Amino acid sequence: MVETGSTPRSFQEIILRLQGYWARQGCAVMQPYDMEVGAGTFHPATTLRSLGTKPWAAAYVQPSRRPTDGRYGENPNRLQHYYQYQVLIKPSPPDLQALYLGSLQAIGIDMEMHDIRFVEDDWESPTLGAWGLGWEVWCDGMEVSQFTYFQQVGGHDCHPVSGELTYGLERLAMYVLGAAHVMDMPYNDPDAPIPLTYGDVFRQTEQEYSRHNFDAATTEMLLRHFEDAERECAQLLAQPAEDPKTGKRIIMAHPAYDQCIKASHLFNLLDARGVISVTERQAYIGRVRALAKQCADAFVQTDAGGWAA
Amino acid sequence: MPDLLIELFSEEIPARMQTRAAEDLKKLVTNGLVEAGLTYAGAAAFSTPRRLVLAVEGLLAKSPTLREERKGPRVDAPEQAIEGFLRGAGLTRDQLMERDAGKARVFFAVVEKPGRPAADIVAEVLDHTIRNFPWPKSMRWGAGSLRWVRPLQSILCILTDEAGAEIVPLSVDGITAGNTSEGHRFMGKGRFSVSSFEDYSAKLKQNRVILDPAERAGAIWAEATNQAFANGLEVVEDQGLLAEVAGLVEWPVVLMGKIDEAFLGLPAEVLQTSMKEHQKFFSVRNPKTGRIERFVTVANIETRDDGATILAGNQKVLSARLSDARFFWENDLRTVKSVGLEGMGAGLSSVTFHNKLGSQADRVARIEALAREIAPLVGAKPDLVAEAARVAKADLQSEMVGEFPELQGLMGRYYAAAAGLDASVAEACEMHYKPLGPTDSVPNDPVSVAVALADKIDTLTGFWAIDEKPTGSKDPYALRRAALGVIRLVLGNGVRMHLKELRISAEMRIPDEHKSGELVSETAGHDQDSLLSFIHDRLKVYLKDQGIRHDVIDACLSESSGAPSGATPGSDDLTLLVKRAEALAAFLKTDDGENLLQGFKRANNILSQAEEKDGVEYSFGADVKFAESDAERALFEALDTAEAAIIPAMTSEDFAAAMSAMAALRAPIDAFFNAVQVNTDNEIIRRNRLNLLHRIRTICLSVADLTRLDG
Repeated sequence: MVETGSTPRSFQEIILRLQGYWARQGCAVMQPYDMEVGAGTFHPATTLRSLGTKPWAAAYVQPSRRPTDGRYGENPNRLQHYYQYQVLIKPSPPDLQALYLGSLQAIGIDMEMHDIRFVEDDWESPTLGAWGLGWEVWCDGMEVSQFTYFQQVGGHDCHPVSGELTYGLERLAMYVLGAAHVMDMPYNDPDAPIPLTYGDVFRQTEQEYSRHNFDAATTEMLLRHFEDAERECAQLLAQPAEDPKTGKRIIMAHPAYDQCIKASHLFNLLDARGVISVTERQAYIGRVRALAKQCADAFVQTDAGGWAA
Repeated sequence: MPDLLIELFSEEIPARMQTRAAEDLKKLVTNGLVEAGLTYAGAAAFSTPRRLVLAVEGLLAKSPTLREERKGPRVDAPEQAIEGFLRGAGLTRDQLMERDAGKARVFFAVVEKPGRPAADIVAEVLDHTIRNFPWPKSMRWGAGSLRWVRPLQSILCILTDEAGAEIVPLSVDGITAGNTSEGHRFMGKGRFSVSSFEDYSAKLKQNRVILDPAERAGAIWAEATNQAFANGLEVVEDQGLLAEVAGLVEWPVVLMGKIDEAFLGLPAEVLQTSMKEHQKFFSVRNPKTGRIERFVTVANIETRDDGATILAGNQKVLSARLSDARFFWENDLRTVKSVGLEGMGAGLSSVTFHNKLGSQADRVARIEALAREIAPLVGAKPDLVAEAARVAKADLQSEMVGEFPELQGLMGRYYAAAAGLDASVAEACEMHYKPLGPTDSVPNDPVSVAVALADKIDTLTGFWAIDEKPTGSKDPYALRRAALGVIRLVLGNGVRMHLKELRISAEMRIPDEHKSGELVSETAGHDQDSLLSFIHDRLKVYLKDQGIRHDVIDACLSESSGAPSGATPGSDDLTLLVKRAEALAAFLKTDDGENLLQGFKRANNILSQAEEKDGVEYSFGADVKFAESDAERALFEALDTAEAAIIPAMTSEDFAAAMSAMAALRAPIDAFFNAVQVNTDNEIIRRNRLNLLHRIRTICLSVADLTRLDG
């Protein structure tokens, strides 16, 4: 596989090269989480695995949804559904910046021709009770990635610290491929028997979801589901650690966290529907954060979270 | 005399922190060295995005030996005491000296603390500095526990003298100091070793790093203005941006690009804000048209194609950003055209201002009513002011302000103009937020003044009513700024109004169920916590900066001063209050003022003491017929004259005239005290004189409460 030096020809080639590159760096290449999330960080492979002392290295694509960003497929850069590429390594290796730059080379960005910059950008996720310090990485003035050293997740101090890289794949690919409008970007190889653009794959869904998110989703139902998720999360975590059926210690941190993810997405939909006022907004965010925190508390009581009997 | 060079090399340091960090490095290290006895000739600190550097010249090679004399026990003291002293000093008996101390003969020990080599001290000081560095925000990384602004990668620390360079042995959390560094991330040629500061900065330059941020900023500005000039254009100056950009690059490469024609119709402020906030671009203006036509970006690398790829990339990003901005602009204009500016703001009713103070729409309604009341006081038409108040916050609902909150007000102005509203209404949309601080400009168009005052008074009364007052350093709703805004608006425009009346009417519009704080309208200006005294406190701070002492303000604020009729002083009429304070301050600067004050204080003291002793108030009935001397009779006359002048002067607010009438009392008061003794044996004459002193007090207090003045 020729990777460096040559320019990729399609969106999917960029993804494939990133997968190859990070696999070679020793990351477990994982698959997207099978739920609606706002960003790759929500994948338990990041949120939960950044907690506790066990070393971890994972890379994956995560489809992400931001209902308020829908533009009916018309805006050249904004989508309500898009892809993030996420890398999480714990503890953060000393050469993480160099590894990251290597990944840009792998997708055809020539370091001698472009202006790559690390510009201060402290990351905070109020819904996850998480924050870290790092940068947004600029390539010729465009933000191509987010680079963060996690300091706290779910209210827990990160020890050791994870290094997190997030690539906004559409934006990065548009830049590399020279596409002016996301919908015009080749999805598969332009010389394939059936060449497909990003628009061929996603234009219609962008329209459908934009309408759904802004005008059609039933808000009463969303509110109800939000509260259901909240209750279910608490219910799962309130169960005793020992499973009465198997007699084993099984804390349901992940199923509970699924409910936290659900609540978060429902909140985003409610926000897009415009039914949450500024003051209520803070309250909702606080409620999701409370769930994230409880899930983090539970996870560090599990094996993967570094718990030892 | 060796020189010291320190480089702390890390991953990218936020631009805004670099300057301060370099200064902190210098301060902490040099202070530490001096404290340990190592003086030096000079020190300079530098920063780039990836390094903090300190160069110290002419350092002592060794700290000086310190001799310390310790007094011990008497020579005839018990053996144990002497042994204890020897142990403490680390000496043997034969090293002690005997000396006479007072009556007894006493042992003395001379303890020598040998000097320590510079390297040992530097290692200690630098270790401590790194571990306790005052970063505004710091982090951990990997599995370590050290904190730095971003991962610290290497430490260079060398001492250089004629014999050569020596590495200072030092290791912090696994990072061992050495004598090597590296240059530019992409253009440097690997790590290199250095032997001195000169060697270091020269090698950095060869490896494409300019160490001194001032040199980088200078180079950027020179190159940017050159390129603009060559095209008949000018760069819009922005020192803050220049400093920031200089902190984002180690090797600045200035590139100028064009803004696509399609975006030149956007307001200049929109172009400027978008380019600066999102991309750190300088705006380049055509001096003939005043339009922003190009931009300057500063890259961190030289390329084979002279930056063509980089510039094209930046241009593309800019176009994407500006098409967003244009999209917002066009949508907003469409909204304004179809539903008007007030219509654009319709959604404010669903935006909470504060959960106890209702929505933004509620607030707008309060501001409108209040502004209408203020309008006649500032010479504005009430209907126009009301219209301005109704639309002034409408742009908060515009898409543009949603994207660029810092354009609030300004967009309102553009949209008001687009809606064909009166020019003064458009101006008020922008200006009613002002003044935003002690140096911001104060609006002077009457419509803007009325809405600006209403905006701030509503904020103050609102948060006061729900008991959200500032405490200590906490002022989350910027109420101090609002109070200062009221003060500057009133004084800057010579507005005559009674704040108390406005405040009461503002309070009446706040829903009763939320009024948790005591309502200030009932407690007027007496209460320490009252809104009026809060405003007075801000006024004192403000006038202090203008050179008027706070005791002078106090003298004019005091309840016991004021109109001779004894009516409530106009302390809620700030313009009047300040006029009086200024007259008093000017008066106190004159000889007459200074001496009158002394005379007044003498009279007041004698009177107060007598009143206290006798348990009565000598408040009337001084009669000239009991006067014994000419000086005494002259004072009677002078007081009659002064009173006759002061009453009308105060009523007509001619404070200078009142002060000068008061000044005329100085000579008669001085002469009176020279000629007579107040406390004589003759009780009738004594009482008469005390009553005379009381007239001095009353007349002076009618101008200002001179008892409040210091000195």
